[in-house]
Amino acid sequence: MDRIPILRMGKFLLVTIQVDLYDRLATNLEADLVQMVNKTGARGVLIDISALSIVDSFMGRILGNIGSMARIMDAETVVVGMQPAVAITLVELGLELKGVHTALNVEKGMELLHTKLNSDEEVEETEADADNTE
Amino acid sequence: MSVNPYVLPVRHVNFMGYTLYSILPKPSFITSTITSINTMKQDISKLLQKKKKQILEDWMNLQLADVGLREDLMSNEELREQSNELLDTLLKVITEKNISDFNSDDFIPVYEILSGISLSRAKQGFSPRETGVFVFGLKDAILKTLQMDLKEDPHVVMEAVVTMNKLLDNMGIITFETFIKGREEVILRQTDEIAEISTPVNRVWEGILALPIIGTLDSARTQVVMENLLQQIVETGSTIAILDISGVPAVDSLVAQHIIKTVAATRLMGAECIISGIRPEIAQTIVHLGIDLSNIVTKATLASALKYAFNMLKLEVRKQQIQKEKIG
Repeated sequence: MDRIPILRMGKFLLVTIQVDLYDRLATNLEADLVQMVNKTGARGVLIDISALSIVDSFMGRILGNIGSMARIMDAETVVVGMQPAVAITLVELGLELKGVHTALNVEKGMELLHTKLNSDEEVEETEADADNTE
Repeated sequence: MSVNPYVLPVRHVNFMGYTLYSILPKPSFITSTITSINTMKQDISKLLQKKKKQILEDWMNLQLADVGLREDLMSNEELREQSNELLDTLLKVITEKNISDFNSDDFIPVYEILSGISLSRAKQGFSPRETGVFVFGLKDAILKTLQMDLKEDPHVVMEAVVTMNKLLDNMGIITFETFIKGREEVILRQTDEIAEISTPVNRVWEGILALPIIGTLDSARTQVVMENLLQQIVETGSTIAILDISGVPAVDSLVAQHIIKTVAATRLMGAECIISGIRPEIAQTIVHLGIDLSNIVTKATLASALKYAFNMLKLEVRKQQIQKEKIG
């Protein structure tokens, strides 16, 4: 069965969708990604959809679902490289991908994940400091 | 003796036992009228062809005498050439058969020339009246010739005038149809041009795009704006787009919806969209319509939006400080 490879980069998972995403592939990706987040304890998921030129409501929902699932498992999701046509389609379909961050390209997406992670760690540190002082 | 009333124009009446036979006079006046119309019709087309020079002169004089003559748009020689071409074609195709049938295919070349003239006049900026004078002047000239030449027979003049009136009125209608079509083409072209020139996407800084929108936003235009903006975001790799709507005269719920959509699409692409230049009356309308813009960054002016964008990119604009002491 076709699967989309999920690459691990440090604390993040990297998924690049290079083929046309049909429904079965998308549901597989959703399941695999959640499994991987659980297994690796990843803090961020980066999905590159720059090669994706056509999107339907199902695909939009899957992307949103991945975001929400990863969020529950304490990982941020960034979708990068969305084509203008895809963005317009999603907006017309009323899917605004709430809970998913977006970035222009992989580089900016990685940057975004790092800043998110750093700010999270800072918050944890300050909380830890606060605990220590008590 | 049997009499066949269908063969002979004979009426037999039984009157007090006598049979009266009376031979009806042949209704010669009917046939004579028919032949006179036929010859008259032939006369009209032949007569007009013969009198072409006279008609053209009369027509030109009428046009030159009109107050609406536009020598600034068209020279008199050009006008004469145009008039000559139209009259020539009309008189060439006109025959006794088609003269009363203005839908005849014979007239197609005439109508084509007429449409061409009318279209070019519409584009040159002639007024409807000036274009009308052109065609109806021809009518006057033709009718004048008919009256002059057939004045000994008022019945024939009447008949000829009605026929020519129909034909030339139809030419007038065609002129106006194409005139309006020409004007509509001009308007359509201008609309396209406006749509094209009024949606520029400017790169105001590294990573910042500005989109000043001037004029009413409708669905078609928003689509163009959105596509341009998203395309430019991809091309320049900009992370912030400023949508300046200070030039939008009015906002209704549909326009607001379009703006919200544009912002959502930009966000999906991974860029942030700031809206600037919301005028007081637009703010009022938006609140009255119950449109929620709370999750969109709005700024009063393009300057403050730019400032906000600089902050987001951690950029700083500072006034240069010249340290006089050091120079001295």
